[in-house]
Amino acid sequence: MQLPEQRDEVEMLSLMLLIRRFEERASQQYQAQKIGGFCHLYIGQEAVVVGAVAAARPNDYLITAYRDHAHALARGTSPDACMAELFGKATGCSRGLGGSMHYFDKEHHMYGGHAIVAAHVPLAAGMAFASKYRDEDRVTLCFFGDGAINQGAFHEALNLAGLYKLPIVFICENNLFAMGTSVERSTSLKEIVDRAEGYDIPGTVIDGMNFREVRDKLAEIIDSIRKDPHPAFAEIRTYRYRGHSMSDPASYRTKEQLEKFRLDDPITRLRAQLAREEKLTNEQFDKMDKEAKETALASVKFAEESPEPPLEKLYDYTYVTGASA
Amino acid sequence: MREITYRQALNEALAEELARDPNVFLMGEEVAEYNGAYKVSQGLLERFGPKRIIDTPISENGFAGMGVGAAMVGLRPIIEFMTFSFSFVAFDQVVNNAPNMLTMSGGQFNIPITFRGPNGPAHQLGATHSHATECLYANVPGLKICTPATPRDAKGLLKTAIRDNNPVLVLESELLYSSKGMVEPEDFDLLIPLGEGELKREGSDVTIICYAQTVPLALAAAETLENDEEISAEVLDLRSIKPLDLDAILKSASKTHRVVIVEQDRPFCGVGAEVCYRIQKEIFDALDAPIIRVAQEDVPMPYNERLEKAVLPSAEKLIAAIKKVCYT
Repeated sequence: MQLPEQRDEVEMLSLMLLIRRFEERASQQYQAQKIGGFCHLYIGQEAVVVGAVAAARPNDYLITAYRDHAHALARGTSPDACMAELFGKATGCSRGLGGSMHYFDKEHHMYGGHAIVAAHVPLAAGMAFASKYRDEDRVTLCFFGDGAINQGAFHEALNLAGLYKLPIVFICENNLFAMGTSVERSTSLKEIVDRAEGYDIPGTVIDGMNFREVRDKLAEIIDSIRKDPHPAFAEIRTYRYRGHSMSDPASYRTKEQLEKFRLDDPITRLRAQLAREEKLTNEQFDKMDKEAKETALASVKFAEESPEPPLEKLYDYTYVTGASA
Repeated sequence: MREITYRQALNEALAEELARDPNVFLMGEEVAEYNGAYKVSQGLLERFGPKRIIDTPISENGFAGMGVGAAMVGLRPIIEFMTFSFSFVAFDQVVNNAPNMLTMSGGQFNIPITFRGPNGPAHQLGATHSHATECLYANVPGLKICTPATPRDAKGLLKTAIRDNNPVLVLESELLYSSKGMVEPEDFDLLIPLGEGELKREGSDVTIICYAQTVPLALAAAETLENDEEISAEVLDLRSIKPLDLDAILKSASKTHRVVIVEQDRPFCGVGAEVCYRIQKEIFDALDAPIIRVAQEDVPMPYNERLEKAVLPSAEKLIAAIKKVCYT
């Protein structure tokens, strides 16, 4: 099978580092009360979205749930705009009107940032419907957590996608917990991937701590969808090191479980793979990490110095004016 | 001008907009092969094909959400609810996704979608199928809502809704689908702006504010009052609930100094409550009597025909209210 042109792995590792350092900095700023509302961190799951982005084209539609910082960063939204959004500033990727859970970036084909669990899964089906309607070979990447698979919207969307043969990959980021409820306490099936079978959609299980496996398996799926539009389902097994949100101490899980996944860290793993193959030196890695930290710190400065959204524009985003020409 | 039915007027609006813009498509339950549960989409599948006239399974949340997603990437979906009572199954898509997207994305994603279908009580359909949803949706910023009462308004408002770049709810009426009225010829591009009410009858003693199913009721009551009581009633059809034509409301109320609002929804937080508030806030001194609202009774709709009639606004209730504000 001919894989699509793969993006440089060192570059992808550097993206994973940027996501992690950005979120560590966001966590710190949240604790310093510079960030309001809810804030859900992705730390530990970086290989999932970065692997997916590496497997897809930049203009493939991408949509996700509320744990969305990484999805915007992976798509190319600037860390400055991402941090400014957390600070509620006018320079944020949603002009400070969306917040942590509602990142949007049209230019980079990042279609949100959706905070009602599974409510965006039908939207993703609609985006895939649009690409088929227009005879485009775009594929829609729809991310959601394991908590989404028990919502009606999820089931309706899978059925519709199967029925209309829509070009979409349903990507379940199974981090084992829907907030504090484990998969085994929420889901009648033992294996989440088996949900897809009920809709005659092919399913694949992927190790989400392994960047290369995520990228290669998704690339294969996306390639087959481009050749012949159809939906596919990927259960990507991963883990979040932090709680569900900033206010969650995660007392529902064991230290041993956390340690087990930390030892399998996706960044450490890709770094080791690259080092073994003599594609990356320690010095290079340290330099990348230093740059990621500096970028994250600079984004805080940018956010702090950015203006608030103007009060007089309060009503400017409720309706658009005009009609189709 | 020629006389056509409300159903035919909607069908023409759909056909004209589908022909005009390849990004427009119609999706919903039974819209294609069955030709529409109420035959509003009659003949559209044959003319436009299955790519643009799309039958769905019974999955309101799913297909309403698909419409929102398709709208995010540039299509202009028309989503038919077989009745707006079923839109509650898609409530999250209609109130949370469609109208919030523009704000949440900082202005990046507008949602040019039309949700349409019959709304309001029909005849003995019972509690689950008789909802008048306008007051619920009117509470949501980001949605526009229109409520055509005549074939002409049905055609002109639906065409405007489809071209609008925001989410618009076109609340039709099952009881009006077969009603007839004069409409411009087929080749006339009839567009009626959202947010413009229309005086359906001029009068001098009292203003009846109405919309949708209560428009024929108001017109009939006005005739009766003219003949029996020598009361001259002005009938203002709101046509749109949101935006609301406050200018037309205040103009008529300032002229007659007396107002009765007859609405098809429930009384508590109903459309009339908002209209009433706006009038007293703006022109309290112009009023010669307290405003009266005639709405449904505040109960789930009973099946029994006599009880259903008792719940609904009626000519008798309306006439009694008008006489009261006229102190006759």
